[in-house]
Amino acid sequence: MYAIEAKNLRKSFGDVKAVDDVSIAIPEGGIFGFLGPNGAGKTTAIRMMTGVLIPDAGSVSILGTDVDKDPLTAKLKMGVIPENGTVYSDLTAEQNIIITAKFYGMGRAERESRAEEILTRLGLIERRNHFVRTFSKGMRQRISIACAIVHSPPVLILDEPTTGLDVYSRRLVIDTVRHMNQEGSTILLTTHNIEEANALCSTISIINKGKIVATGSPEKLKKTFDTSRYIEISFDQKVGHELFFIPGIRQVEAWGDKWRVYTDDPDRAVKSLVSLAERDHLTIVSIATSNPTLEEAFVQLTAGA
Amino acid sequence: MDLNVFLRSILVITEKNMRIYYFKGPVVVFGLLFPLIMFLTFFIGRNLDITLYFPGFLGMMLFFTASSVGPLITPWEKREKTYERLISLPVILESIIIGDLLAGAIFGVAITTIVFVICYELLHLSIMNAAVLTLSLILGSITFAALGTLLASPTTDNPSNIMMLSSLIRLPLIFISGIFIPLSQLSGWVLVLTSLSPLTYLVDLFNGAMNGNAVYPSWIDMLVLLAVILVFIGSAKVIQKRNLVKGI
Repeated sequence: MYAIEAKNLRKSFGDVKAVDDVSIAIPEGGIFGFLGPNGAGKTTAIRMMTGVLIPDAGSVSILGTDVDKDPLTAKLKMGVIPENGTVYSDLTAEQNIIITAKFYGMGRAERESRAEEILTRLGLIERRNHFVRTFSKGMRQRISIACAIVHSPPVLILDEPTTGLDVYSRRLVIDTVRHMNQEGSTILLTTHNIEEANALCSTISIINKGKIVATGSPEKLKKTFDTSRYIEISFDQKVGHELFFIPGIRQVEAWGDKWRVYTDDPDRAVKSLVSLAERDHLTIVSIATSNPTLEEAFVQLTAGA
Repeated sequence: MDLNVFLRSILVITEKNMRIYYFKGPVVVFGLLFPLIMFLTFFIGRNLDITLYFPGFLGMMLFFTASSVGPLITPWEKREKTYERLISLPVILESIIIGDLLAGAIFGVAITTIVFVICYELLHLSIMNAAVLTLSLILGSITFAALGTLLASPTTDNPSNIMMLSSLIRLPLIFISGIFIPLSQLSGWVLVLTSLSPLTYLVDLFNGAMNGNAVYPSWIDMLVLLAVILVFIGSAKVIQKRNLVKGI
């Protein structure tokens, strides 16, 4: 049984296909990332998975429960942080968490102890009795997360959870996501932040123009597009670009006080460059080989978006 | 469907609405001041027979209080983006509609009861059938709170749009409901016109319960109000479901 299973999801708004035949199957226990540029269809897909938007076609199940056929049971199994996750401004931080806990049928003692525990974890215990309308965006987002995890959901779905947050709030959010995952929650998050996806997710789907264009671990995706490696090298003297006319080097360009040398075979190119320096009595000041990045994979897969 | 979860979701939504939208100083003060102003507007300088016109006044009060805040809740929550969070909690559309309705009905009954008790003591009003009066109060508040949830349903996140729509629909309903001229003094096409407003049947029930002066039998008034409640809730569900399909 999958934590989240979406089959052939489709949604159009007028002539625009926002989500076009998206299927994903997320096993229990991992952190799954939906990565895509703005307007790619991430939020639309998430909204269908959480029962907020009714799909034109397809189905979603959460731990085996169909969201359309049995929404109450399906929603009991998940915690959701919507995009721009907002909470009730006219309630205090604690009241927001308590009232959310009531939806999940938690008893009074359990609600109160859990609210205290989460507020402490998220650094808001001192502000528990303050109205949310007095909070900064980062603090509101933390309350939004507190509400989503109050019932320790087996599935946690977060839509752009760190967008627009300061470094401190962002770190708290990421730590909380990791903690929830360690506690057994399966996480699905959308982001357009490549670094965040790379650091957090065990599996990533890249979505573009409503379609999933690639799925895999971050390392696998990087290797798929491992075609544009380069070496950055600098010498103790000025050299011309004619120095680099050696086999295996595709392109050379000046890059500040360094040279950037593009190659399909970095190991061979490094050896050639070292030999070249010895031959011409040059001292290599610095040399570094680039690693393929998820950003490169992302850019290639979403080119033209 | 798990009935316990469904009932719980209704109660929590009702509690949430009461806390956020109804138990506010300005709302409660307005709820109590409004009837006073209405009373003065209605009776002062017109030399009206209080006994004859009080049921109409009471009906109008219940109509305004039960349907005053409800139309604004959903548009407000859509604007604040809390509606999406609410939908993703263990609730269904029916929970939201009935929860909104219950909050409006409780507010309507509470305010109207306070005003009625004060008027009863000061004006020495008579009650002929307390049970029918109580039942009418509850049924009327549910009817007009249901109207409130229906008015909240159109596609907008702008509460002022709903305010305009609300006034456009609620004010004509008052004028054609036999409040300003008792039903017993109407006849012909005017009486037919009054039958289009649900408020007519509530005022008729109040008239019967307080003066024994009803035009229709109580069971007909109650049946019409029940039918209106079902139509309002059903229509609200259809519109709000359509909104979920459209993603708005």
